[in-house]
Formats: sequence, C-alpha cells, structure tokens
Amino acid sequence: MLTLHFVPHYKIESLSSDQRIKKLLKLAKQNKIVVLEGRLRKEEETELIKQTMEEINTKFKGIELAVIYPESESNSLVTRAKNEVINFLLGERQGMTIIGPATIVKKIKKDPDQITLLTKEKQKKKRKK
Amino acid sequence: MVNWLQRIINRLFRNFFKKKGHVKLGLYGPPNGGKTTLANRICKDWLGEEMGSVSNIAHETREIQIKEEIHIKSDGKELSFNLVDTPGIATKIDYEDFINAGMKETKAKKRAKEATKGVIDAIKWLDEMEVVIVVLDSTKNPYSQVNITMIGNLEARNIPVLVVANKVDLKKSNVKKLEAAFPQYEIVAISAKYGDNIDEFYKSLFKLAG
Repeated sequence: MLTLHFVPHYKIESLSSDQRIKKLLKLAKQNKIVVLEGRLRKEEETELIKQTMEEINTKFKGIELAVIYPESESNSLVTRAKNEVINFLLGERQGMTIIGPATIVKKIKKDPDQITLLTKEKQKKKRKK
Repeated sequence: MVNWLQRIINRLFRNFFKKKGHVKLGLYGPPNGGKTTLANRICKDWLGEEMGSVSNIAHETREIQIKEEIHIKSDGKELSFNLVDTPGIATKIDYEDFINAGMKETKAKKRAKEATKGVIDAIKWLDEMEVVIVVLDSTKNPYSQVNITMIGNLEARNIPVLVVANKVDLKKSNVKKLEAAFPQYEIVAISAKYGDNIDEFYKSLFKLAG
C-alpha cells in the first residue's frame, strides 16, 4: 500500500535544521512518500542528501527528491518582487517538496513546472514448489 | 549570523590563496556526467597524463582525487590550479543496480558502500572549493533535483560556477534544454571524450578563475 504523508510547514518551522532533516528522513525510511508544504533551505537540501547517504543500507536505498518552486526566469520583475515579499513574510512556505523512498519511488521526473512520480512495480513473490 | 560570518571568513581565506596561485578547482556533478573524463582531458592536455579511471557503470570515482599544480595557458595568460575530481552526487545508491550491471554481490555491496561515503566526502569538500565546474550530461533531463540543489548551494556559498554541457557528441544531446534550465549561467557545450569545443571551455575557465 502506498502512503502519502503530508507535512504542513508549521510542523517544521520551529525545528532546527538537523531536526527537520531527521524528521523527514524518518518518514521516508518508514516507506512513506513525504509531501512537504514549502521547501527546505538550500543548505538543508544538501544536508538531507548527506544524511541520506549516511543512512543507506541493504534495506534503505536512499530517496528520490523533487522541489517545485514558483520561481521562474520568465516571471516579470513585479512577480519576482511579489514572491520575494511573500518569502520574507511566510518563510520558505511557498512551493512543495516531495521526498520518496527509493525502494518505492522509481523516479521523479521534473520539468520546470510539473512533477511526475513513477513508483516501482511490486515484485512478484516466488512460488514455493 | 554565525553562518554569515563563517562564509565571509571562508571567502577571505579563499581569496588569500587565490592570489597566491593555489586555486582549488572542483569538478562536481551527478554520477556518469563525465567529470573524470574531463579531468583526464585537462590533465592530458597540460600534464600529459590521465587522472583517473572511467567506466559506464555509475560511481566509478568513489574517492576525492586531486591533481596539484596544473598550469594552463590561453591567449598569452596563465592559470594555475589544483584540480579536485569528486564522486558523483546522488540521492540514492542501490547495490542491486551494480549487480544488474554485471557485478558480483559482494563487489556490488562494497561499491555501494564506498559510493555513499564518496557522496558524503564530495559534499564536505564543497567548503574547500574556490571555483567549481559543474559537469552535466547533456543527454539527460537537466531539471533533476540533484543538479538544482548542487548549483543552488554553490550560489549560496558565493562560489563561482561554470556549467559544462558534456557529451555533445551524442545524438540525444540537448544543450538548449540545459541552457533553459540554468539561464543565469554561462553554459559551455563540450565533448570531454573527444575534445570537441575544449578551447572554448578553457577560455570560459579563464574568464571565471583567471
């Protein structure tokens, strides 16, 4: 069974960077696809990759990660300024982050403004003779 | 505040050594983008020897490799740097992928373990870099989160970045897609394997680090 776990931003905003990463990784290790409102800070995303590597073993094979963020070079100056103000007021609450365990999520395809999440086919159990 | 202060100190430290001609130039990117092939190309062009082994199986480079004192010349100018080839950055490493590529289980598990350590080391070394060349496979989707996270992180650390669109010799190569993904950067399209457009690459390197 596929489980999607939504994490509203207020659940992580009071946490330290390390606590945020540990919380999200813990959920991914429970084979849940995490949908986080907003995004982590840039240095936290890198730290998430680092800590994921530290956790890898024969059962946990890492994560698939994708961030959608309303930030485009094609945006007008006014739109970008508006986004900056929203960011300042709301923190990193804009956009969405998806973290899926690699044992379940085969690939997250990302084109500028959309995400396609492909899951792995369930392996057929071998029949005992 | 502490991070901000740390960044300024790092920057001053970097600039001090840069002036002395000891620029640390890092090659970063996802696995199988051609970092070591480019490192070999640079070393062969200017030192007459290769730097590391390459393979079609991902994570061939699992340790940081350094080649010191490379001096390159272009348009009468000279640039000296220490070249740091790093393991490919990934968010997942599955030993079964190596088995599917033809490895035995013990060897595959060992490779996976070394590869995870390699990614950690590559991230730790980010702080040491003064200039970074991000090597991307131009046949692949450039919007992968690893690429975006890596480049965003370098930007946040104020490290000058040159993005290389590698493997332009392949039919599937799509440099325009890469340019659209990272419009704020100069993209140099090359084939590290065959040396296509390599002079343009050296010129861009001079512009960035010279």
